[in-house]
Amino acid sequence: MRKAEETFFKALMILCTAAIAGVLFLIVWTIVSRGASSLSWDMVSKIPEGGYYIGKGGGILNAIIGSIYITVGSVVLGLLISVPVVLYINVYAKKNSLLVNLTRFSFDILFGIPSIVYGAFGFTIMVYFGLKTSLLAGVVTVTLLIIPILVRAMDEVMRLVPDDLESITYSLGATRWETAQVLLRQSVPGILTAVLLSFGRAIGDAACVLFTAGYTDSIPTSVDQPAATLPLAIFFQLSSPIKEVQNRAYAAALILTVLVLVLGLAAKYFGKKLSKNKI
Amino acid sequence: MIRERLITDKLAGGVSRTLTLLSVFSVLLLGIGLLTRSIPVLRQVPLTEILFSTEWKPMKGAFGFAAFILGTFWVTGIALMIALPFSLLSAIYISEYAPYRLRQLIVPLIDLLAGIPPVIYGVWGVLLVIPFIQDHLAPHFVQFSTGYCVLAGGVVLAIMIVPLIVNILLEVFATVPKELREASLSLGATRWETVKKVLLRRSRPGIIAAVVLATSRAFGETIAVLLVTGSVVQVPHSVFDAGYPLPALIAANYGDMLSIPLFDSALMLAALILFVIIILFNGVSRLVLYRLEKQMA
Repeated sequence: MRKAEETFFKALMILCTAAIAGVLFLIVWTIVSRGASSLSWDMVSKIPEGGYYIGKGGGILNAIIGSIYITVGSVVLGLLISVPVVLYINVYAKKNSLLVNLTRFSFDILFGIPSIVYGAFGFTIMVYFGLKTSLLAGVVTVTLLIIPILVRAMDEVMRLVPDDLESITYSLGATRWETAQVLLRQSVPGILTAVLLSFGRAIGDAACVLFTAGYTDSIPTSVDQPAATLPLAIFFQLSSPIKEVQNRAYAAALILTVLVLVLGLAAKYFGKKLSKNKI
Repeated sequence: MIRERLITDKLAGGVSRTLTLLSVFSVLLLGIGLLTRSIPVLRQVPLTEILFSTEWKPMKGAFGFAAFILGTFWVTGIALMIALPFSLLSAIYISEYAPYRLRQLIVPLIDLLAGIPPVIYGVWGVLLVIPFIQDHLAPHFVQFSTGYCVLAGGVVLAIMIVPLIVNILLEVFATVPKELREASLSLGATRWETVKKVLLRRSRPGIIAAVVLATSRAFGETIAVLLVTGSVVQVPHSVFDAGYPLPALIAANYGDMLSIPLFDSALMLAALILFVIIILFNGVSRLVLYRLEKQMA
C-alpha cells in the first residue's frame, strides 16, 4: 500500500516536471519558429517607413533603441537610489530597529504591486506636472518598478555577509561609510545578479511604459520626446489585422526573447565567476 | 584627515537615511497619488455602485467595476488552480527525487524561463492556446467560442507563474535541514511519507509566501491577459466566456481616456482598486505567516 502510494506520486511528479519542461520548450520553440521566418536585417536596422503598419518596408529599430534607453536609464537611476537604501538598512541603522523592519516590509509590499499600477501612478504624476509622454517619464516609472527588485535582491546578499567582517573593519578604525564600501565590495556578484534581474524585468515590461513613454516611429533624441519599446511594438503589431504586420510581431517577440535569455545567461555566468573569490 | 572622513561618513549616512525614509513613504505616496486622481469619479458615483454594479457605460457616466473585478478573480483563480499542483509536485521532484545531473540542468532552465516577459507568454497564448481552445476544447462543452476567454487567460497566467513558484519553492525546500529528512527515513518512512509529513509541514510558511507572490503577479498581469481574454464587458459564467480583468481595462483604454469626462478618473480608480486589493492581500498573508512562524518556533 505504502509502496503503491510512493510509486503513484513519484510517477505523478515526474509527469508534472516533464509537462512543465515540455510547455516551456514549446513556448521557446513556437516563438523561434514563428519569428525566424519574418526576421530580417531590416527589422533590426531600420525604423518604420511610411506604410509600415500596412505591411510595407522598415523595421523596429526605434523600439529596440527605445527599450535600451529606458532600461539602461532606469537601472542606473534605480541603483543610485537602491544602493544607499540597502547600505543604510545593513550598515547605518541598528539591526532590527523599527525603521529597518518597516523598510523591508514596505519593499515587500512594493514588490508585489503590479506594473500597471506604477504606470497609472506615473501618469498621475505626469498630469500633475503637466508633462507629456516622454522618455524621461518612462525611465522614472520603470525605475519605481525595479527599485523593489533591486533592494530585495541586494539586501538578501548583503545579509549573508558574515558579521565578523563588519566587526573587523570597525576594529581597524573604519567609519561606517568605509565599512559600507567593504560590504559593497563583498556583495558585487549579488549586485550584478540583481542588476541583470531588474534589467530583464525592465526591458520586458509593457504596462509601465504604455502610459508614460508613449510610442513613436522615430528614435528619441532628447529625454522629453516619447520613446517606443519592444513589448509595445509586439503588442501593437499583433493587434493588426494584416498578416505581414502580425508576422513582424512574432519576429519582434523573438528579438525580445533572445535579448532576455542572453541577459539571463550572462547573469548566471558572471554570478558564478565573480563569487569565486568570496569569503 | 579624520575630520574629512567623519564628514563623508555623516553625509553618506544622511543621504541614505533620507532615501530610505522616502522609499518607506512611497507606498503612501502611491496610494495618495491614485486617490487624488480618482476623487472626481468617487464624488459622482457611490462606492457601492462602483464595486457591485456591472453597468459600464462611460459615455453615460455609469462606472460599475463588478464585471472587471470578477474577471480578474476568474483568471487569477484558474491560473492558481492549474499552476499550484503542477509547480508543487514538480518542485518536490526536483528537490527530493531528481538525480543530481538532472537538477543541474533543470534549475537554471526554470530560472531563465522565469525571466521571459509576459508579452511573450501572451503572444504564445495567441498562437497556440487560443486555437487549441477554439478548435479542440470548447466544441465539446459549448456551442461556439472564439477561443478568447477567461480559460485562455488563466492558462497563460498559470504557465507564466509556474517558473516563479517552482523557483521560490526550491529555495524554501533547500532550507529544510537534511537531518530532519534522514531522521524520518531512518524511522522507516518512505520518501513520499517524508515529503508529506516532514518537508511540506516544515515549509508551510514558505509555500504560503510563494503562493502570495504568484497570486499578486497573476492578479496584476496586464499585457498577457489583455491579449487572450477577449475584452468583453461581462461577468464570466463559464471558463469559456470572455472576460475583462481590471489591468486589461486600464491598459486598453488609455488612448481615449482623456476624451470622455471622468473616464481617466475611473481608470485611475481601477488602478487604486488593484492597489488596495494587493495591499490587503499581502497584509493578511503577512499576519497568517507571522502566526504560523510563531506556532512553529
